[in-house]
Amino acid sequence: MNQTPKKMVPKAPSKLKHYLTGIIVLALLAWSYWRSEASIVDLFTNRDQMATIIVEMFPPDWGYFLEIIDPMLETIRMAVIGTTFGAIIAVPIILLCANNVNRIPWISYPARFVLNLIRTVPELLLAAVFVAIFGLGMIPGIFALTIFSVGIIAKLTYESIEGIDKGPMEAMTAVGANKVQWITFSIIPQAAAYFVSYVLYTFEVNIRAAAILGLVGAGGIGLLFDSNLGFFNYPNVNTLVFATLIVVVIIDFISNKLREKLL
Amino acid sequence: MSQLSTQTVDKPKGRGKRVFNRVLILVILAAIYVWAFSGVEEFKIKDTAGQISKAIFEGIIHPDWDFINDEEGLIYGLIDTLAISILGTFISAILTVPFGFWAARRRSKGGFFVTGVGRFILSYIRVFPEVVLAIIFIKAVGPGSYAGVLALGLHSIGMLGKLFAEEVDAIDHGPREALIATGANRIQVLVYSVLPQVLPGFISYTLYRFELNVRGASILGIIGAGGIGAPLIFALQSRNWPRVGIILLGVIILVSLIDLISGYLRKKIV
Repeated sequence: MNQTPKKMVPKAPSKLKHYLTGIIVLALLAWSYWRSEASIVDLFTNRDQMATIIVEMFPPDWGYFLEIIDPMLETIRMAVIGTTFGAIIAVPIILLCANNVNRIPWISYPARFVLNLIRTVPELLLAAVFVAIFGLGMIPGIFALTIFSVGIIAKLTYESIEGIDKGPMEAMTAVGANKVQWITFSIIPQAAAYFVSYVLYTFEVNIRAAAILGLVGAGGIGLLFDSNLGFFNYPNVNTLVFATLIVVVIIDFISNKLREKLL
Repeated sequence: MSQLSTQTVDKPKGRGKRVFNRVLILVILAAIYVWAFSGVEEFKIKDTAGQISKAIFEGIIHPDWDFINDEEGLIYGLIDTLAISILGTFISAILTVPFGFWAARRRSKGGFFVTGVGRFILSYIRVFPEVVLAIIFIKAVGPGSYAGVLALGLHSIGMLGKLFAEEVDAIDHGPREALIATGANRIQVLVYSVLPQVLPGFISYTLYRFELNVRGASILGIIGAGGIGAPLIFALQSRNWPRVGIILLGVIILVSLIDLISGYLRKKIV
């Protein structure tokens, strides 16, 4: 009798967990502040130097635009080819990874593991390794972007495929389709839009990535970043950034329009 | 009847247009590929390529285990990388909050112009490569982890700002109107209706960005901004493949661990 009213009063949820989270986050921050030798004071004592750089960057050297058209086109070429090869290689990997296409767990899990491994390798490192093999130029950049694209496209697409409608797959099984027919008529019609949309997204990412690959000698506009930074030519650096921005915005616009139509 | 007849007239027309669109897309694609491949330099394999590939492969399967515990070795570099990405992500998350509200479509009453400017600034920051930012910060604060922290902190605003703005756009206006109806002031409205709705999204995106920043921080050292990148570029330049192998292994393990932890936390939050 006595206990019933007590039980009915709702207890405020414990805030201990939130406090603990807060303490852990603060401890991590304090540790990284100390570890990275960060110092707010430094930022203020060196603010003149920073301000000089920023002031020097504006206005960008617009005359330089004409000179960078060729390397910019080279960067776009690298991104186009890298994304395409990446997309082609991604297809079998997607089919192996998606567990509603490939029902054998001891194949799909290792395939995902390999895919995750690919995704952890930074693209600049890939480019550096390929430069060592193939020498300077576009080719190592294309190879690096290809592997980089496989990681993104395969991961995003297989996750969407796992969420597609089961009906068509069951229907194809019911009519006795073989594996190839089964994939062609139940998976591909549902997955194609996602796939194309992710390929376009990867293409945008690749344009940005390709812009820095030149830092390790893999062709494109990154080579110019390297030389201009070496000569402290900040207006030119800013021109490069603006040129990349223009290309990215245009591609962003086109691919958004295409994706809206697809999905 | 009239409906039926219009349908029969419309159908072939729509189909013709669709076929035309498909053909157009194919032609454009073909043109792009012809253009792209025509610009590629001749693909020639150097005589040394096979030898180098073999050396790389052997180096990567026989990593230089001694490097793990070296002073300023693998562990040291990886911990530096982790510290850089934690602090960089935190700085960017704090700096991004105002940008998120600025670039959100619904909240800004200044309309298209204000939102447009916010979005333009975010795009500009996004395309500014973090490596280039790091080089600039090295000039300002000297080489080391701190330059890396600042570069990541600034560069991440570009992507986080876009994601935060989308989150703010998607909020439910019910609670806000309810609070306004009870006579709450602006700060109370923000604290009790807007923040509770956007905070889980903000935290989840910040964790996602943290995963990307760990990858980013592992290459910043290439240009002298601290972390594991510095020994990596030395090893690459001196063709010390066993060392490249162990560093690669270290980066893969660190990134995978962070992905696991952060993926688990994100699932719990959402």
